[in-house]
Amino acid sequence: MTDVTPYLIVSAVLFSIGATGVLIRRNAIVVFMCIELMLNAANLSLVSFSNLHGNLEGQVTAFFVMVVAAAEVVIGLAIIMTIFRSRRSASIDDASLLKW
Amino acid sequence: MVSNVLPLVIALPLLGAAVLLIGGRRTDSWGPYLATLLPIASFVCALVLFVHTLGQPDDARSQSVHLWTWFEAGKLNVGADLLYDQLSSLFLLLITGVGSLIHVYSLGYMAHDERKRRFFGYLNLFVAAMLTLVLAANYLVLFLGWEGVGLASYLLIGFWQHKPSAAAAAKKAFVMNRVGDMGLSLAIALCFTTFGSTSFDVVNAGAQHAGETTMTWLGLLLLLGACGKSAQVPLQAWLLDAMEGPTPVSALIHAATMVTAGVYLMVRSHAILDAAPVARTAVVVVATVTLLWGAIIGTAKDDIKKVLAGSTMSQIGYMMLAAGLGPAGYAFAIFHLLTHGFFKANMFLGAGSVMHAMDDDVDMRHYGALRRAMPVTFLTFAMGYLAIIGFPGFSGFWSKDKIIDAAWHEHWWIGALALFGAGITAFYMTRLMLMTFFTDRRWREGVHPHESPSIMTGPLVVLAALSVLGGVMLLGSWIQDYLAPVVGEPPEESSGAPAWLISLLAVLVVAGGVALAWFLVGKRPVPQAAPTDVRWPVAVARQDLFGDEINDTFVVLPGRKLTGALLEIDRYGVDGLMTGGPVAVGAFAGIFRKAQNGFVRSYALSVLGGAVVVVLALMVVNWQ
Repeated sequence: MTDVTPYLIVSAVLFSIGATGVLIRRNAIVVFMCIELMLNAANLSLVSFSNLHGNLEGQVTAFFVMVVAAAEVVIGLAIIMTIFRSRRSASIDDASLLKW
Repeated sequence: MVSNVLPLVIALPLLGAAVLLIGGRRTDSWGPYLATLLPIASFVCALVLFVHTLGQPDDARSQSVHLWTWFEAGKLNVGADLLYDQLSSLFLLLITGVGSLIHVYSLGYMAHDERKRRFFGYLNLFVAAMLTLVLAANYLVLFLGWEGVGLASYLLIGFWQHKPSAAAAAKKAFVMNRVGDMGLSLAIALCFTTFGSTSFDVVNAGAQHAGETTMTWLGLLLLLGACGKSAQVPLQAWLLDAMEGPTPVSALIHAATMVTAGVYLMVRSHAILDAAPVARTAVVVVATVTLLWGAIIGTAKDDIKKVLAGSTMSQIGYMMLAAGLGPAGYAFAIFHLLTHGFFKANMFLGAGSVMHAMDDDVDMRHYGALRRAMPVTFLTFAMGYLAIIGFPGFSGFWSKDKIIDAAWHEHWWIGALALFGAGITAFYMTRLMLMTFFTDRRWREGVHPHESPSIMTGPLVVLAALSVLGGVMLLGSWIQDYLAPVVGEPPEESSGAPAWLISLLAVLVVAGGVALAWFLVGKRPVPQAAPTDVRWPVAVARQDLFGDEINDTFVVLPGRKLTGALLEIDRYGVDGLMTGGPVAVGAFAGIFRKAQNGFVRSYALSVLGGAVVVVLALMVVNWQ
C-alpha cells in the first residue's frame, strides 16, 4: 500500500486551478480546458483511492468520466463554434441573452 | 264519453298552435282560419260534455281521466290526469266560448297585421294551456298549464316587440309572475311533503287533519301564486303594462281568463283555505286592498285600456274576496268570474273597436261623441257598462251584489269597503263612457271614426247578450247547487242585514258614483290634454298609487344593491383569493429571478459555492 497523499495534493491543486480558470477566464475555449482540468483532477483522486482500497471501482469510474468528458467536448466545441459563427466572439460573457 | 272527449278539448287548440308555429309561412293564408275553427270545435266538445253530464246525477258529473303516468320518482307518482267536474266544466265553457269569440274578432282586428299567423298560433297555445290549467287533476299538471299561460301571456304582451315599451311590459309581466310562481311551486312541494301526493282529491280530503300551521303556510303560498297570476296587491303592477299587447289579447288573457286563474286556484284549494283561518283572512285583506287599489287607478287614467285594466284588477279583487269568504263565497267567486268574463271581454273588445276607429289612439281625451259614429260598438259597450256597474237586472248586478252581501255577513267593514269599491267602479266606468261616447268631439285631425266590420261587431253582440243575461245562472240558486259538490254547501243564511237592504244600498252607492261622474266629467268640457295642476289624490292615482315606485324602492333597488355587493365580493373576495396566491408567488419569484443574469461564470460560482457548502455540511455532520 502506497501513500496517496502526494497524488491527492496534485489532484487538489489541479482542481483549484481548473475552478479558478472557469471563474475568471472569459474565453470559452480556455474555460473548456479548465473544465477538463477539473475532470482530470477528479480522475486522479479516483484512481488514487482505488489503489488505496485495492479494488477497481475507482478506475472503472475514471473511465466513465473520460467517456463523459469526450462526449462533452464534442458537444461543447460544436456549441462554441456555432456561437462564434454568429457573434464573431468566443467570449462567454457575450452569450448572455438567456436570462430573466 | 268524458274520457274520450276531454283530451280532445285540449288537443285541438294545441294542434292549432303546433301547425301554425311549426308550419311557418306556408300556413299564412289559411292558418288563422284553422286557428279560429279549432277553439270553436273545442267549445262544441265542451258544450257536448256539459249537456251530457247535466243529465246525470251529481256524483257522476265529476270524472277523472288518467292519460298516462307523467313521472315516477320514489314516492312521487304524478299522472297526466284530467279532472272534469262542475267547476272545470264552467271554466271550459268560458274559456272556449269567450276564446272562440275573441278568435273570430281577431280575424277582423288583426286583418292587416303581417304577423297574423304567429298571433293566432300564440292564441291557440294560450287556449290549450289555459284548458290544461283548469282541467288538471293535480297541482303539477295545473302548474304546467299555469306556466303555459304565463308563456303565452309573455309572447302576446310583447307581440309588437318592435316597440320597446311592449318588450319591457312583457318582461315585467314575466318577472313579476315568477315571484308568484315561486309561491305556487313551494306550495306544491309542501303539498307533497304533507300529503305524499299533489292530486286535488288527496289534498282536499287530507286538509282537515293536517295541522293548522302547515295549512296556513300552504294557503299563504297559494295566495302568493294567485297574487302573481291575478295581479293582486302586492304583485299587481304588471297588469297595467300588459295593455301593450294587442287588444284581443287584453280581452282574452288579461281580463276574461288567465288573470282569473288565481281565483280558480283559490276555489280549487278550498279545503286548504277552510282549514286555515289565517290564510283566509290574508286572502280577504289582499282582495279588499286590491279591489280598492284597482278602482282608484281606474279613476285617473286617460288611456281607455288602462282604465279597463284597473277595473279588471278591482273586479278580480271582488272574486278573491268572495273566495276568501269561505263556503259562503266560493260559488259567487266563480259566478262573478263568469259574468266578469263576459262583460269585461265585451268592453275590451269594444275598446279595441273604438281604437280601430280612432287610428289606434288610446287616449280618451281624443274621443268623444262616438255613439253616433259607431252605434253597434256603443250599444254593446253600454251593455257591458251597465253590467259592470251593477245596474239592476244585468249580470254584474247579481254577481257583485252576492259578493257584497256575503262580505257583509263576514264583517261589516269588509262589506262597506266592497260597497265603496262598487261606487268607485260606477264612477270610473261612467267617466269612461262619457269621455268616449258622449260629450263633445275631441277627435284629432284626420281621424274619421267608422263602425268596425261585422266580423268584429258580431262577437261584441254575442258578448253583450251574455253580459245582460249572465244573471240567469243565479235563477233558483242554480250555480250554488251546481258547484256545491265541488266547493261544499254554503252555510245557512245567518242573521244580519237582509239581502234586499244590501241590494238597495248597492244601487244607491252606484247611483251616487254615476252622478258624481256626471257632474265632474259630463257637465264640463273635457280638456284635450290632461291637466297638470291636479290635487295630490289624482296625481297619486295617475302614478298607479306608486305601485312601480314601491317595487323599485323595496325590491328592485335593494336587489340591485345586493347583486352589486355580491359582485364586489366575488371580484375582490373569491377572485382575489384565487388570483392572490399566484400574484404573491410571482412577486416573490421576481426577486430571485434576478439571479438568472445570463453570465455563465456567475452560475459557475454559485455551483462552486453550493458544492463547497455541501462538502462543509457533510464534514460537520460526519465530524465524529
